[in-house]
Amino acid sequence: MIGRRRFVPWLFLLPGLAIAVVFFLAPFANTVVLSFTDARALGGGQFTGLHNYARLLDDAAFWLSLRNTLLYVVVVVPFMVVLPLLLALLVEKQLPGIGFFRAIFYSPVVASMVVVGLIWSWMLGSDGLVNWMLRSLSLVNEPIGFLTDAQLLLFASMFVTVWKGMGYYMVIYLAALASVPKELHEAARVDGATSLRRFFAITVPTIRPTMLLIGVLSAIASTKIFAEIYVLSNGSGGPGGEARSLVMYIREVGLGLGGEIGYASALSLVLFVVTIGFSLLFIRASRGEEELA
Amino acid sequence: MSTPAPTLRAPALERPARDQPVRRRNPGSRHLAGMTVRYLLLILLFVILAGPFLWQLSTSLKDATENVFAYPPRLLPAHPSLDAYAKVAEVIPVWRYIGNSLAVAIASATANCLFGSMAGYALARMRFHGRKVAYFAFLATIIIPFEVIMVSVFLTVRGMGLVDNLLGVILPTAVTGLSVLLMRNAFLAFPRSIEEAALVDGAGEWRRFWSIAVPSVRGTLTVVAIFSFMFAWDDFLWPLIVLKNPDNFTLTVGIQYLSGTFSRDQRVIAAGTMIAVIPLVAGFFALQKYFFRGIGEGAVKG
Repeated sequence: MIGRRRFVPWLFLLPGLAIAVVFFLAPFANTVVLSFTDARALGGGQFTGLHNYARLLDDAAFWLSLRNTLLYVVVVVPFMVVLPLLLALLVEKQLPGIGFFRAIFYSPVVASMVVVGLIWSWMLGSDGLVNWMLRSLSLVNEPIGFLTDAQLLLFASMFVTVWKGMGYYMVIYLAALASVPKELHEAARVDGATSLRRFFAITVPTIRPTMLLIGVLSAIASTKIFAEIYVLSNGSGGPGGEARSLVMYIREVGLGLGGEIGYASALSLVLFVVTIGFSLLFIRASRGEEELA
Repeated sequence: MSTPAPTLRAPALERPARDQPVRRRNPGSRHLAGMTVRYLLLILLFVILAGPFLWQLSTSLKDATENVFAYPPRLLPAHPSLDAYAKVAEVIPVWRYIGNSLAVAIASATANCLFGSMAGYALARMRFHGRKVAYFAFLATIIIPFEVIMVSVFLTVRGMGLVDNLLGVILPTAVTGLSVLLMRNAFLAFPRSIEEAALVDGAGEWRRFWSIAVPSVRGTLTVVAIFSFMFAWDDFLWPLIVLKNPDNFTLTVGIQYLSGTFSRDQRVIAAGTMIAVIPLVAGFFALQKYFFRGIGEGAVKG
């Protein structure tokens, strides 16, 4: 019989479970506990009840970082749901050279966000290619401070996120598009339906679950945004740190000079609630889809 | 913000354009027009998605006499040279960083494959008390974002004395829940009957796992290896937290450091980014099918 010796399965599981417990589950429990203390990098750790959470309410820097993070989700998600789909439709057909284009469109995904961030800081700087193009088209007179204005910096990093992520979701859409029934398209074509009409009447309903999945995946990724803003702002989070995301703020509070671990843990749990919120939304939405079906 | 909109919206023209004749002529030219539009869009997107890489490559190849801020910009280097690449090695210990990144990425890929398949095999094939609990433990590690626990994980790593140590970079993602669940699904999809034939021969659990089950899931194993390698090579946030001394940086942290501290010499920064990205892009073009397959598996089950 398989597993006749009781300890054998646990030997197989041991390395994986050890990592999961030591580096995920225990730190998570620890984060919850620490969020109720005044723990600092060096000492501290007295139980302070809800003090950290009360402090959150009056912390303007926290609210700003939360606002930036949520704005990130709101702006990035629609682009991530729609643009990769259009990209997938464009490369879906087997045409000569299409494999090359698919690979090129995917290549930003393979690069590190640091590389992509540095490439775009060069493109978006005041002497960069983008400002040059805008000026030579006479769209602007002065270079636009994509990287020096906190708001523009935030939008610039959203753009970089979308630019880098499109290829990834394109591949997921390609798999979904392959499952759209061809006969339906044929029948509709015979009936004289335009391709736009067929797209909304046949393709979209079939790939709805994928669109929902991509919406949630990109929403969760956006709540954890860090490297784009960090690299584009050269670590500062924009002038006065005004373009900081929640993760950037957590890192500064918890791992910076002050090392306020207790408070950073409370901030981390806010991040957790936001992330889990989007996952639950997804589960609810997909349940709704099933009931409709 | 004025840039993204027009460039990103371009593909929206694609669908209607394909079936509406651009110029009204006979039906054959309608097809031709559709194809032309399609390829024009492909080329436009090529410029948008590959252009920035090529521009960076061009910048890195310009020699010291050429003004990189020239107005209007020169797309191609006037006197191509590799000076900037040599200079990267003078400013930062780039070989050391490459070595560190390779060590971290190879260790991560190996550990994820070995330990991920062991745990995945136990979950897929063995019956024991606590299997559900173990399964949910791995699932939980996928659901809890690393960013939420990074402060506490740093405390753990510090407690182990692994701050500023590559082992501290490697350990937290040495076996991810995703690797375990991908391997579990791969084993579940593999017919049990072949394994049971080996069972009759009296093979032990380890042999059954190692010589029969593992070779049959090589495809998924490759996917796990590639994605763990790529994730570790590209990762930035965690190595940035763990590594303090510039001598110990991985390549991503080192390249950011290169751009942040010394010389704002754009050529050198460009060369640094090319050093970090070229090996991966080359690897990707060589192993494309696994990348695309990996996303399919990861997206459906993750």
